[in-house]
Amino acid sequence: MGNMQKDKMRVCSTTGLPVCLNAELFIKLNAVFGVVALLVGSVAAILLALTRWETVALLNPLGYYQVITLHGLNMLIFWILFMEMAILYFCSTTLLNSRNFSNALSWGQFGLMAIGMVAVEYSVLAGRASVTMTSYVPLEAKQEFYLGLILFAVGALLGVVNFFGGLYIAKRDKTYKGAIPLVVFGALAAAIIAVFTIVHGALVLIPTWLWSIGVLENPPDAAWYRLIWWGLGHCSQQINVCAMVAVWYFLATLTTGAKPLNQTVCRFAFLMYILFINLASAHHLLVDPGVGSAWKMWNTSYALYLAVLASMIHGFTVPASVEAAQRKKGIGGLFGWLTKAPWKDPGFAAFFLSLIIFGFGGGITGVTLGTHQINIIAHNTLRIPGHFHVTVAGGTSLAFMGLAYYVVPLIFRKEYPLRPLARLQPYIFGFGIVLMAIGMTLAGSLGVPRRHPDIDFTGARIAVDMGEAAPFLAMLGIGGTIAALGALIFVVLTVWAVFLGKTNKGRAMTSWQTPEQDRVTKSLMSSGWNPNEKGLKPKGTVVLTFIFLASFAVYYFSNWKALVDVWPVK
Amino acid sequence: MSEEPETPATEMPEESAEDIGPIHPLQKLLDNPWLLLALGFVVPFLSYTVWGWVELLLTKKAELP
Ligand code: HEM
Ligand SMILES: [Cu+2]
Repeated sequence: MGNMQKDKMRVCSTTGLPVCLNAELFIKLNAVFGVVALLVGSVAAILLALTRWETVALLNPLGYYQVITLHGLNMLIFWILFMEMAILYFCSTTLLNSRNFSNALSWGQFGLMAIGMVAVEYSVLAGRASVTMTSYVPLEAKQEFYLGLILFAVGALLGVVNFFGGLYIAKRDKTYKGAIPLVVFGALAAAIIAVFTIVHGALVLIPTWLWSIGVLENPPDAAWYRLIWWGLGHCSQQINVCAMVAVWYFLATLTTGAKPLNQTVCRFAFLMYILFINLASAHHLLVDPGVGSAWKMWNTSYALYLAVLASMIHGFTVPASVEAAQRKKGIGGLFGWLTKAPWKDPGFAAFFLSLIIFGFGGGITGVTLGTHQINIIAHNTLRIPGHFHVTVAGGTSLAFMGLAYYVVPLIFRKEYPLRPLARLQPYIFGFGIVLMAIGMTLAGSLGVPRRHPDIDFTGARIAVDMGEAAPFLAMLGIGGTIAALGALIFVVLTVWAVFLGKTNKGRAMTSWQTPEQDRVTKSLMSSGWNPNEKGLKPKGTVVLTFIFLASFAVYYFSNWKALVDVWPVK
Repeated sequence: MSEEPETPATEMPEESAEDIGPIHPLQKLLDNPWLLLALGFVVPFLSYTVWGWVELLLTKKAELP
């Protein structure tokens, strides 16, 4: 089996999985650039948090818009996409027992993305592009900003092509049995959504770039720009969701020995993502003129709920599979599977916190804010960043950090230093993000706008009182600082491990778990057990699900109540 | 798939369709990345992009009163 050449591969000393050395190189390169972007984004994050905390009011307005552009792009685009490229390489090689498809494509992928990133960083840092990451026209940045983004997107597209090529050769060379593994299927869903995303990026950024260099006289139409831009901006978030869910399944297996209860259902959920999740882009245009109500409602409600259903399926099956694995190890009780889980393993902690924060925080707020009627009281308030920091930061980013706690020892073959701090890191980051998001959401409920450096208009003739929002903005500032410190701890530990860490070449990685946990998990993994056996029923997860549904109902209907208060129907 | 018998290493699922009985159409779709790619592009492109674009094209220019 397999199509890797003997001298171009190695066998992992911990998992026994085959590693293609070419793919390994690109996993390393992409991961390093991703972490660099996270570093830049986190420094920017502290500055932003301390600006929105109006008592501190760190940056002046110009600085604020420059830094918010820096933060948005480094976090949402560079950190996340470089990590996703690394995941695509891993999935199409190691998990399929196959070699990297094309090194030329891979160099193209990495080279273009790296050049694109450098061009954008220069543009933003030099103050030539303080247009925020959405760069809505007719705001204008200097040309290298758009060009950098275009190169970055083309690079990402090459990465996706390489992934599809990888699927093709693996199938042709029959390197795996049966259907592709579930984690690879999740990566496939992400790659498909990426194609849609990148096409929209090209559609919108190329004319804008041509305008910035004077080839086109006028910028694209503003309404059209927003329509197409959100095909890029929103869908890239759905790539994240797919990649994150794939990482959840992967870490659940690696840290507890879990197996999906029903693969077909999980795949069906990914199919719903592929077909319907991109429609949700329309929620960004809910207060736009031009597009009508039918278009808005169809794309954000009726059809989208199929994708929401998919999220709920993953939100159920992932913890349920962990619960079944724990029960198989003989752990009883309703929540024994949770209390006796390997919480000191940062891979597990990051994964499970990500699941909870994303599910409870992101899912509930997302469906609520995406409702056409409710959106009118929340649009462009701080409730929006309050929502997406629990999805992309507390959800996706935290899951990717958890992944790194395994990728560094297994792929870079370096051990993490300061292990107690590493064990604590997911909690610091998760706690900070949640605190910040709650502060943002509460301030936003009082009407505090997003993307605004100075809501009390310091020095204005007519003073504006920020009133009751002050304590919530303080929560934002304090939570944000804690979260950014959590992210920086991750960056420092990871860079330290990669460049100065002790190597573990030729032996298994030092386990994050206790010897007992480690032994039980490993023997479970090699035992070929069936997660649907009698006595493994995930009762605890069912209880969690009802708590989730109840919280959702309370939040959703209180928002309708809030809407009625602002806009009574008599 | 966990519920289905695994096909031998040398055979791909589609080719061995006769051996293990009819494959559910949904399963066929899930096993075909190219079809998934096509659908994953076309469905949102029509529903979001084309429909939205057409609505914008049909919007009349605002005139000053
Ligand atoms: C490390 C901890 C983080 C902190 C303290 C933080 C803080 C902030 C703050 C204060 C804002 C400005 C909100 C406003 O004034 O409207 C912001 C915006 C934003 N953040 Fe974060 N953030 C963090 C991590 C992340 C991560 C990991 C991501 C994505 C993966 C992310 C994505 C964004 C985006 C997309 C924006 C919106 C930018 C815009 O409106 O143009 N953040 N963040
Ligand atoms: Cu969105």
